[in-house]
Amino acid sequence: MREQETILSVENLRVSFRAYGGTVRAVRGVSFDLKRGETVAIVGESGSGKSVCTKAIMGILPHNAAIDEGSIRYDGMDLTKIDEKEFHKIRGRRIGLIFQDPLSALNPIMKIGNQITEVLRKQKHISKAEAKKQAIELMEAVGIRDAARRFGQYPFQFSGGMRQRIVIAIALASSPEILICDEPTTALDVTIQAKILDLINSIKKERNLSIIFITHDLGIVAKMADRINVMYAGKIVESGTAEEVFLEPAHPYTWALLSSIPDMESKERLLAIPGTPPNMVVPIQGDAFAPRNPYALKIDYEMEPPCFKLTETHSASTWLLHPSAPKMEMPQVLRERIERMKKERSAYGTT
Amino acid sequence: MVQPNPPVLEVSGLSMHFTSGRGKKKTTLKAVDQVSFSIGHAETFGLVGESGCGKTTCGRTIIRLYNPTAGKIMVKGRDLSGKLNKEERRFLTDNVAMIFQDPIESLNPRMTIEEIVGEGLTVKGKMNRAEVRRRVYETLDKVGLTQEHATRYPHEFSGGQRQRVGIARALINQPSLIIADEPVSALDVSIQAQVINLLNDLKRDLGLSILFIAHDLSVVKYFSDKIGVMYFGKMVELAEGEELYKNPMHPYTRSLLSAVPRPNPLTERFRVRVNYDPEAEHDYTSEQPRMAQLSPGHFVWCSPSEQQRYESMMRQ
Repeated sequence: MREQETILSVENLRVSFRAYGGTVRAVRGVSFDLKRGETVAIVGESGSGKSVCTKAIMGILPHNAAIDEGSIRYDGMDLTKIDEKEFHKIRGRRIGLIFQDPLSALNPIMKIGNQITEVLRKQKHISKAEAKKQAIELMEAVGIRDAARRFGQYPFQFSGGMRQRIVIAIALASSPEILICDEPTTALDVTIQAKILDLINSIKKERNLSIIFITHDLGIVAKMADRINVMYAGKIVESGTAEEVFLEPAHPYTWALLSSIPDMESKERLLAIPGTPPNMVVPIQGDAFAPRNPYALKIDYEMEPPCFKLTETHSASTWLLHPSAPKMEMPQVLRERIERMKKERSAYGTT
Repeated sequence: MVQPNPPVLEVSGLSMHFTSGRGKKKTTLKAVDQVSFSIGHAETFGLVGESGCGKTTCGRTIIRLYNPTAGKIMVKGRDLSGKLNKEERRFLTDNVAMIFQDPIESLNPRMTIEEIVGEGLTVKGKMNRAEVRRRVYETLDKVGLTQEHATRYPHEFSGGQRQRVGIARALINQPSLIIADEPVSALDVSIQAQVINLLNDLKRDLGLSILFIAHDLSVVKYFSDKIGVMYFGKMVELAEGEELYKNPMHPYTRSLLSAVPRPNPLTERFRVRVNYDPEAEHDYTSEQPRMAQLSPGHFVWCSPSEQQRYESMMRQ
């Protein structure tokens, strides 16, 4: 892979919430880079802190949240330090955001067209007619047929998939460099989801966008991501290229995640992850995943594992990778599944 | 006509039409239209389709939350369509139970787990409290909860545990059929597997038949013996799970299968999606479509000429 320029870099980010009953440490030291034209996926369960990460990048953390430590470097600035006025120049203009629920992201009593032109006119200072022309072009670009007529319609007149297209059009109106997609297709049906994902991919190629893609669906990750960060309890436990994480997973949580979902071939009993994610109010000692981890070592309960580098791009935080740790193999089920994946590829190669 | 070993559930020509408006404005929505299938003992039938295709309505009509417009519902060989008298309704609720999608919404927050789970027994009024309690404990044990949980309230549980409570509530009457309406879609990935495994164990241990309604095809495939694909109120394809995935015949099934993202980065990026446009695909002006059997156990909703085409495709 050719060397690309890093445009956003998150370093040792720590975010906590002051809540009733204590401080919730939602993000506990997250670092990752985003390169130009690449898609980084953040995978994790609900409550793993993946959405909080993106909210910190966008500067839209709720009032009871605080960034305790760390930096988010973007274009020579530290997004954790700049004030609201400066953020206005970045948020929505240079970093776009697509939310999960397209209905609540749109103003229900404002025509679709005006919602798009509002962005265009505010940011580019162009005439009404010109803005309308550009808005219709944008709507066509995101695959809305008969855009000129639909320009004057309200959100309720659109289906879920169409609404998400409009949200994407609005996000693209200011030609951002970075697009953050926070579970953009969870509210949609599979067939519509496939169309939206294809759309995001084609726009990415066209505009050389960098995308941070948040999801819990591993199938979507496989389709979208160049690099993957697996998050658990506010930390990135494994990170690598899509191939590395799927084919040579190193962290027991990634193993568990990959083998807990049935694929099209699986018949054997699923390897469920026992227990539930940890309570983030209680300070976590050692590895957060240890209580649910059948491979946990004694040290996992005592000390937080450091990040071990496997290759230039692949790293994982688990004591299993320590030179003096006992050799552990991934579960049999998962190894078989990875074999199947490789076989499937060769089947694709021939046809 | 009573067969020696009738299927647990047999649905034929089931239709559920909703009407709205009056006079000229009257419109009919065919939420479920002429759906037929049967579920045998200890069998799982998966019902898939997009939102709004009528799969939930289908499940709810079977348990008679709605009164079907047409069609026959047979439970254990007994006809339960039309207006039910008290005894018939009792027979239905004894034999069929339901698990709902949202484990938070479907549990009354002001009732303890014991009350929620035991309610099915209490309303029948045939058991005293000690007996009900004993049964509640037994059932909680079956779904992986303990006696201590019985006195707690729903908010004290996590999502996965709440869904276990929902399952316990469905099991308390020892039904032969459970209608599970998206039982795992509201749960986290790591919890989903726990609930799926639990349902699988129950199916094996208790000989339960399950009507599994979901939109996640890989889960349905994993879990079901037979699968029915629904599209706009119609059952467009019905086959054994393996067969359906290997030989999808109806264009909608193909489109649906191609749209499911698979967790394999090596192939997922290159996979081609099939589009389904019913108007371009089917010409039903001269021929009427009906359910046709292509190979044993594999049914497709198609017209005679389409059937010939599908059959020749199958032979290849």
